Amino acid sequence: MDPITLILKVVYALVMISVVMTCAGYCVLAERKVAAWIQGRVGPNRASLPFITAIPIIGPFLQKLGIWQLPADGLKFLFKEDPVPGHVNKVYYFLAPVLALVPALMTMVAVPFGQYWDEAGVGHPLILANIDIGILFILAVSSLGVYSIVLAGWAANSKYPFFGSIRASAQMVSYELTMGLALLPVLMWANTADGIGGLTLSNVVASQDGLWLAFIQPLSAFLFLIALFAETNRLPFDMAESETDLVGGFHTEYGSFKFGLFFTAEYAHIVMGSALFVLLFLGGWNFLPFLAAPWPHTLVGSVLSVLWFFFKVCFMIFFFIWVRWTLPRFRYDQVMHMGWNTLLPWALVNLVFNTFLIGFLDKA
Amino acid sequence: MILPDVLFVLFASLTLGAGLLVVLSRNTVTAALLVVLSFVGISGLFLLLDATFLAALQILVYAGAVMVLFLFIVMLLDVEKTSHILPKKVSLVLSVSALLVMVIGVTYLLMESPSLPSVDLMPLDMPDAPLGFPAHAKAFGYALFTKYLLPLQTVGFLLLMAMVGVVVLSKSTAKAPEPTSETK
Repeated sequence: MDPITLILKVVYALVMISVVMTCAGYCVLAERKVAAWIQGRVGPNRASLPFITAIPIIGPFLQKLGIWQLPADGLKFLFKEDPVPGHVNKVYYFLAPVLALVPALMTMVAVPFGQYWDEAGVGHPLILANIDIGILFILAVSSLGVYSIVLAGWAANSKYPFFGSIRASAQMVSYELTMGLALLPVLMWANTADGIGGLTLSNVVASQDGLWLAFIQPLSAFLFLIALFAETNRLPFDMAESETDLVGGFHTEYGSFKFGLFFTAEYAHIVMGSALFVLLFLGGWNFLPFLAAPWPHTLVGSVLSVLWFFFKVCFMIFFFIWVRWTLPRFRYDQVMHMGWNTLLPWALVNLVFNTFLIGFLDKA
Repeated sequence: MILPDVLFVLFASLTLGAGLLVVLSRNTVTAALLVVLSFVGISGLFLLLDATFLAALQILVYAGAVMVLFLFIVMLLDVEKTSHILPKKVSLVLSVSALLVMVIGVTYLLMESPSLPSVDLMPLDMPDAPLGFPAHAKAFGYALFTKYLLPLQTVGFLLLMAMVGVVVLSKSTAKAPEPTSETK
């Protein structure tokens, strides 16, 4: 590998990280604003920058939108005093926030986000590493995220964080099953068409050129969405925090920047989960459910495909936030009951049904 | 081609170093986490061999699922406080001699040629295989469900037996009288 390719790859990776981190940051803002709108409040509208807010119309508009809240929050997390409680296990206490962020950012390597066409007019996905096992890589890396929760709760060396971490990790291990089983029919469907083979996400997107998979396999999509909410620890399933019975869950003992890392990791997970759902079920960068991609096979088309994909991801992030401020939290026994007694059987039924369906369609 | 060599040394030393520290560490939680680190190293070695599917499975199954359960048990049972047990003399002698036999065996095999004697790794005719043997998921699927169907089903049956055994065992303990106060 010559040095120029290496440098280019590093630059691509840095650009991607900055895009995802910015998205994660503005997710926090979106969460606060949407929560405010849903609850009939105004939301953050005070933070301002001295010179930009002085610009006549745009300045106050941006301030009301709360755009400057993100740097304010970030700087607060960065510069606050960083207390370390005396009773914690120091090594793991410092390791846990890092372990939370690393898997969340690593998954982006295998996420395609657009398409480009070479001189011959053949489409290729825009992706950091086009590996054969795309979706497996994402599942594998994100399954490592559970260590941060386990370690944070254990290292805090106090009762409620430990409860929170045990609950959250039991939930994550349980819902991984449903997630995997809901993915299998999708991959079977994507691989029948012309037998490209492989588990890459761009292959799944290519198979949705006409009709989106959410319409072909609504049950898979629904099960995957529920499992996604559980895996990202979002509200109907936020056993990890559950502040009414566990103080603050596994990050009770964390403050300032270390808490900020957990927080960023949670939102990075949401961004990545939204991107994954869009790629698997909402057609990726294809235009409309019943329409093949109309993008011209040029640079403009590539940009349009990336923008359209980004728009869909933003919608999914909005959906995550919308659900959080609409549904109440499940009780812990309800979560476990639903995971093992309802979702898992339905996922198995869905798998068997779709296997037969695909078999019959192949024969016909 | 210096980068693969550097990466090999990195991952190999990660695997071996973490493995050594697992044996030496007294804290069981640390030991469990070092096992995970060692698995990550093994997965990196698989990646260097272009066996991406195996690498992902190594992380997904062993690091992501099996070791989490180990960690749970270690944390919940609080086995840290067990005393430091010295190995028995018999097992010490046996393990050291087994290591010696392996070292001598590998050295003997490597004496004549710089690489280990290779068997034919191409189980099926895959024309688009990037290497001498197919390493991607589809090839594994074909091989498992055609040539190696019997071993696969045997393993599946074994796993089923283990599952039924777990259900039976956990049901029988549930019948025991519940402790009145919550155990610490």
